[in-house]
Amino acid sequence: MTLLAVRDLTVGIGGAVLVDGVSFTLDPGERLGLIGESGSGKSLTALAVLGLLPAGATVTGSITLDGRELVGLGDRRLSALRGRKLAMVFQEPRTALNPLMRVGRQVAEPLHHHGLLTRRAARTRAVDLLADVGLPDPAHTARAYPHQLSGGQLQRVGIAAALACGPALLLADEPTTALDVTVQAEILALLDRLVDEHGTALVFITHDMAVLARVARRVLVLGKGKVLEEGELDSVLRAPGHEYTRTLLTAARAASFRREA
Amino acid sequence: MLTASGLTRSFRLPRRSVFGPAAVRHAVRDVSLALAPGERLGVVGESGSGKSTLLRLLLALDRPDAGEVVFRGRPVRPGGGLGWFRREVQMVPQDPFGSLDPRMRVGDSVREPLECLAVPGDHTAKVAELLASVGLDADAASRYPHQFSGGQRQRIAIARALGPEPAVLLADEPFSALDVVVRAQVLALVQDLVDRLGLALVLVSHDIGVVQQLCDRVLVLKDGVAVEAGATADVLRAPEHPYTRALLDAVPRLPEV
Repeated sequence: MTLLAVRDLTVGIGGAVLVDGVSFTLDPGERLGLIGESGSGKSLTALAVLGLLPAGATVTGSITLDGRELVGLGDRRLSALRGRKLAMVFQEPRTALNPLMRVGRQVAEPLHHHGLLTRRAARTRAVDLLADVGLPDPAHTARAYPHQLSGGQLQRVGIAAALACGPALLLADEPTTALDVTVQAEILALLDRLVDEHGTALVFITHDMAVLARVARRVLVLGKGKVLEEGELDSVLRAPGHEYTRTLLTAARAASFRREA
Repeated sequence: MLTASGLTRSFRLPRRSVFGPAAVRHAVRDVSLALAPGERLGVVGESGSGKSTLLRLLLALDRPDAGEVVFRGRPVRPGGGLGWFRREVQMVPQDPFGSLDPRMRVGDSVREPLECLAVPGDHTAKVAELLASVGLDADAASRYPHQFSGGQRQRIAIARALGPEPAVLLADEPFSALDVVVRAQVLALVQDLVDRLGLALVLVSHDIGVVQQLCDRVLVLKDGVAVEAGATADVLRAPEHPYTRALLDAVPRLPEV
């Protein structure tokens, strides 16, 4: 059974076609990595799935979640799904979170908003969720404002908020790009564990094949808005089928740290 | 050629209360290093480890609380009269979007240090030569920064730094704003230039792959303290400090296939 099916997705903004006929499917609990450089259309693809494209963007094609068409769905219907059925972890936790709201409340909000819990129960649950993402002293942390936490801690809050309602699909757009390597390793391990425990399907967007390899099993290579290659991670690494994938891998190998130097 | 001894720089943190003393944060604490001609030193560490503060001290853009920077036997102190030092020690910044004046033609940006530092010779010819050496067309000189991609802008910043024919290049995360393919190209360019011109290099980076590629020696900073230093190959093969080990273990690697 397919959870997410994207068929012939095309996104245009101001006359330019930025996503050009992208198709892929995702089963429940499956992990897919979208890789490509700046401007390859990977972020727009994720935003299209969430219905969060900038005003003025035109979308054609089809995106179905659990068989339900998302393209053309009204904002009220979409917002009933966002946070509950599908959720997103953003690249910059500092801009993704509301600076004026205590982090515990930001994690509790989707639970209350979707009517899953009362406000009070949501607050209690938020503390559990903050504990689950490995934040120290969660009851205390819940009362902190974003500026009082580090980038890594904020990204943990972002993950807790995204997973609060137990969505079937999690999209993560370069969630570790803004972080130090040791923090990145912790966040990737955390995502890996949580997605596993909750059986959440994952679409992980990155420009870094080594990071992708840490969390995804299947890979979709995007370039200039088109799908250039799709396959199991191992076989793409072993025998890249597209010229661009080869360039990407050669470049990644050239600058990547090798243990036995 | 370039030595730093006992460099310390601390910053006062905002007061928590009106009473009691303000807390002090040591951004760099008692760091020493020596750079021989043509030698390449990588400075690695995470955010807040003091890498950029160290670089600012080495460039005499900031005054140390204690310690001293000496170049070719002459002390280097912030303030005026550093022309002799700036001709020999140049810097490649991190963000090519922020470092070039958007209202200045690229040729003028590259020419600026030649004029400020009164470098002798025909500057117009020199600018053309510099742009060519970083792989840009001659007509790049008459265009503006926004007409270039991130990688091309980083090439322009490198051309600008090479203008005074320095002996030392200091670079602060020069590849981190670039996509992987472009990063590999700019990395190869820097490697080629440093080799060909025999430049000494201090490369500040959180990217250990880049340091492994470019640097003979490495200095690991944690909370402003140099926790480990040595030949790059040795440190990366057998790190001694637990922090260095943690740093190396955290680097994501492509699976071997």
